[in-house]
Amino acid sequence: MATTFAKAAESVEHAARIEHVSKSFAGPAGQQLVLDDISIDVAPGEFVTLLGASGCGKSTLLNLVAGLDEPTVGSITTEGRPALMFQEHALFPWLTAGKNIELALRLRGVPKNERRERTEELLELVRLKGAYGKRVHELSGGMRQRVALARALAQESNLLLMDEPFAALDAITRDVLHDELTRIWAETGVSVLFVTHNVREAVRLAQRVILLSSRPGRIAREWTVGIPQPRRIEDAPVAELSVEITEVLRGEIRRHGQH
Amino acid sequence: MASTDTKTTGAGAKDGSALGGIEAGLDALETSVTGRPPFRQTFREKIFPPIVATVVVLAIWQGLISLKIVDDASKLPSPGAVWAEAEDAWLKGTLLDYIWTSVSRGLFGFVLALIIGTPLGLVVARVKFVRAAIGPILSGLQSLPSVAWVPAAVIWLGLKPEMMYAVILLGAVPSIANGLVSGVDQVPPLFLRAGRTLGATGLRGTWHIVMPAALPGYVAGLKQGWAFSWRSLMAAEIIAQAPDLGVGLGQLLEVGRTNSSMATVFLAILLILFVGIAIDLLIFSPLERWVLRSRGLLVKS
Repeated sequence: MATTFAKAAESVEHAARIEHVSKSFAGPAGQQLVLDDISIDVAPGEFVTLLGASGCGKSTLLNLVAGLDEPTVGSITTEGRPALMFQEHALFPWLTAGKNIELALRLRGVPKNERRERTEELLELVRLKGAYGKRVHELSGGMRQRVALARALAQESNLLLMDEPFAALDAITRDVLHDELTRIWAETGVSVLFVTHNVREAVRLAQRVILLSSRPGRIAREWTVGIPQPRRIEDAPVAELSVEITEVLRGEIRRHGQH
Repeated sequence: MASTDTKTTGAGAKDGSALGGIEAGLDALETSVTGRPPFRQTFREKIFPPIVATVVVLAIWQGLISLKIVDDASKLPSPGAVWAEAEDAWLKGTLLDYIWTSVSRGLFGFVLALIIGTPLGLVVARVKFVRAAIGPILSGLQSLPSVAWVPAAVIWLGLKPEMMYAVILLGAVPSIANGLVSGVDQVPPLFLRAGRTLGATGLRGTWHIVMPAALPGYVAGLKQGWAFSWRSLMAAEIIAQAPDLGVGLGQLLEVGRTNSSMATVFLAILLILFVGIAIDLLIFSPLERWVLRSRGLLVKS
């Protein structure tokens, strides 16, 4: 019944272990079940996308894994505190890009003399060398999300949770950030649990796509994506699998209109 | 532009650097450069209009006298008479004394109010029980004119500087605390969530996230707190007349009234107004602009 942040010492073979998790909220019509018996294991270094229409509780699930909320039933185990990236960049406007990253390092207990160097490394990783002193409002949408990614990586968690991080970006920028995320994921070996409602994005990025049904969120189906990286969103195999998944997703949505 | 084209095609051979190139291009396209406007523009848009307004007011004032619309110097002294009064006080060396007596009291009282109001505001904003208990009283106190405290303060503390500080505190502390409370209330929940995932909880969350996020509201509260301090002080000075209190601007006003010297009264009023505006322009407005500009909240039209 709780989210447990296991200590690094008791190293597990899962980056995240979600076991029979259900979540309900008090609504106007009594208890409303949002998530129903969800079990997902994320292996170390694995890239998993959670896909679903509105009301499937995917953001609720991420909040549970991040430890921002507690499951009603079931348990979630992660190794340390997971890093979380939001749809909005959530950078602090009173700090520069570099200082945002340094704050994450500071809160993690990185000594002062190492912070600056580590920050520069992270900025270089997201290809924003020289953006250290830039104010958040001086950056474009894509740059902000890259700083947010660098800040999340600064937590050095082995699990990165991403809540529709590219949904608010234009198509060209999003495409470039998909390539960047794939590259950074391969370079750092971090495990990613990525929430989206964009089927092609899910297929473009993931090794495994998990489709959630809506109201309440249940695992509807799961696909393993064998297409080798680097993929492009317009590749034929990506498109084919997307069509297949979209069909199933549409079927799930249609059920809600038949009452 | 030709050089950029060659660079992109050249880098196209390697996949990684091609991506870097696209990204650099996107970044360059979407970043806008903002700078400060030139001085001439600032002068034309910000400095010139208030000068015109001041000249117009002076002209109307002088006109009322010259055209004999108001023909009673004890009711309305001429701008020249008020100026002569100021010059006289300057030559006697008392003008700066009047101003400094009041300004030093006002600023000292304000700093005290800051020291008390800030933690008070934080506690009210963050602790539910305290908020429910004293929140409404605190915001209600804002609408109570601090002059109302003067008689009580005189009885408690006598005609001493402490009495004036008490009146300033009762006026300014609620403003500062309320400014901080509304600043904290307006912190986007997203920042708090982001802070918590980074490990900023409890006091660390307050220090690293809540306080800086609430700064714009807090600064607005400080600005209002200063205005309240200054007003409260003037009210206290008018009423508290004692030889060992010195002569501040409020006392000067009262001196003018007892001597039926309208020129002195006008001089005192103008000095009070002038000091209030000067402190705001020199301290609070730059502070507020700096806070807003550094966050990209100062939109230039």
